[in-house]
Amino acid sequence: MSDAVARATWPRRLGRSRNVVTGALIVTLVVLGALFAGAVSTHNPRRLDPANRLKPPSAQNYLGTDEFGRDVWSLVVHGSQVSLIVGATTMALTSLGGIVVGLVAGYYRRLDIVLMRVMDGLMAFPAILLAIALMAARGSGVGNVIFALSVVYTPRTAMLIRSTVLSIRELDYVLAARALGRRDLAIAFRHILPNCIGPLLVQGSFIFAYAILAEAILGFLGVGVPPYVPSWGNVIASGKNVIREAFWVSLFPGLALTLSGLGLNLLGDGLRDTLDPRLRVP
Amino acid sequence: MTAYLIRRILALVPVLAVVVSVAFLLIHLIPGDPVSVMLGPDATPAQIQAARHALGLDRPLPEQLLKFYARVLRGDLGRSYFLDRPVTQALLERAEPTLVLTLSALLVAIVIGVPSGIVAAAQPGSLWDRTLMLAALLGVCVPGFWLSLNFIYLFAVRLGWLPAAGYASIFVDPVAALRYMVLPAVSLGFSQSALIARISRSCMLEALQQDYIRTARAKGLSHATVTWVHAFRNALVPVVTVIGITMAILIGGAVVTEIVFNIPGLGRLIISAVLRRDYPVVQGVILATATAYVLINLGVDMLYVFIDPRIRYE
Repeated sequence: MSDAVARATWPRRLGRSRNVVTGALIVTLVVLGALFAGAVSTHNPRRLDPANRLKPPSAQNYLGTDEFGRDVWSLVVHGSQVSLIVGATTMALTSLGGIVVGLVAGYYRRLDIVLMRVMDGLMAFPAILLAIALMAARGSGVGNVIFALSVVYTPRTAMLIRSTVLSIRELDYVLAARALGRRDLAIAFRHILPNCIGPLLVQGSFIFAYAILAEAILGFLGVGVPPYVPSWGNVIASGKNVIREAFWVSLFPGLALTLSGLGLNLLGDGLRDTLDPRLRVP
Repeated sequence: MTAYLIRRILALVPVLAVVVSVAFLLIHLIPGDPVSVMLGPDATPAQIQAARHALGLDRPLPEQLLKFYARVLRGDLGRSYFLDRPVTQALLERAEPTLVLTLSALLVAIVIGVPSGIVAAAQPGSLWDRTLMLAALLGVCVPGFWLSLNFIYLFAVRLGWLPAAGYASIFVDPVAALRYMVLPAVSLGFSQSALIARISRSCMLEALQQDYIRTARAKGLSHATVTWVHAFRNALVPVVTVIGITMAILIGGAVVTEIVFNIPGLGRLIISAVLRRDYPVVQGVILATATAYVLINLGVDMLYVFIDPRIRYE
């Protein structure tokens, strides 16, 4: 099969994977909701309306109101913005960090030992606990959540890139490139990195899912984004206090969280099966 | 075996060194002056100076790091200002609920996960298989802490079958302990059971395709014997590894579950420490859990050799 044909069938193969299509549809839906949050929501999610507190779902408040009278539907719609910003930025930063660390470790054997021990050490912490500890040091805020989650999830990507680099650097065409006098950096970018894109995409969609979940957990624990910011974790936390009277406050942001996780997991599973059939789970 | 064990333990040294360094660096990630952050806005300059000296923060960084290593090696994790006791004592006091919760959740995850995976693998593509794997996919995506809240609403608020929150020590009142532990253990264990089910299924499928399975069937052995004795025991090896990973995820998940169910374990300890800026306690909890994780993995590796005699790591 020639290169051009292989490239042409790529989108087709993705389009034929039911997981990819379903996952992409769900993710697109969530992204659209976040982009047009102002138009889709019916109320200002930050406006307190004590007269209307803890109202069950109705025609005025599709998903009811919380203990401060805020509209849950509008909170859920606006909450997706925080989730997606944190998820996307964490995915980008971990990919970048993973590429740098993974390439260096895969290429320079002496640095490899040191870098991999540091990655092992970082991965020895339960992910959410390390994130909590980093948040404890840095304080609440979207930027710090992204920082904490990027530190927590970069080692996984770095290990992945490193193992890909190690398997590719010994191949004949890399040797040929070296024989032609290409320098390390050029080989890394022109010949090795393109082979990492597939695994990176797969890993990226899973990290996106983890990051959204971890952001919600940090918010729920009260150590994520500040409590006045509408985010799924924060709304679920406020729903916890009123679970006896108003189950809808925590139910709906949790459903949104589950749906996003489902979309990203389907996308990741589908991408993995399509891009690397060897990894396919039978 | 002994040589392998020694090599494996020596390999832990650099990992634990990194773990301790990360815990140490935490204090230096605090923006601005860590001491004034810790003591709050009411502290006088003299108090700040005294605390800085007491913490050794006025010394050069490498010296501080070495002193920190020495302290941790002696088992001294510092003192909590708010709890007014050594951090190690606070950790020991709070370890029991977390340990009980983690192990109960692990039990739930294995009891649900392994049989589901095997049943699904017995007839791949069947209705059972597809239903179980869809449930497993949902299980992976459902956030445990949110599932806990829904369980509380359903089983405690609506049905009134179980208490909504709280903890009783299994050594003091086993019946109450069990009643308190059911919801936390199930909601924490459920999503991990999904992971275990998926892995068990694929390992079973692989084992069932082997030649010795065909031989066993040809000998006329019953379906159950072939599935449980021949295939299951061989599928067990990778599953044990996953259970090790699961254990590590459960420790992290236990923190969140404790907050939902008001269980006085390490999770509540670290969260209240974060809110009070009690940094020695934060350091202590992450050091203790990371060490536990590393040791669990060592244990799993040992178990691996034990289950599969082919593995000798020469």
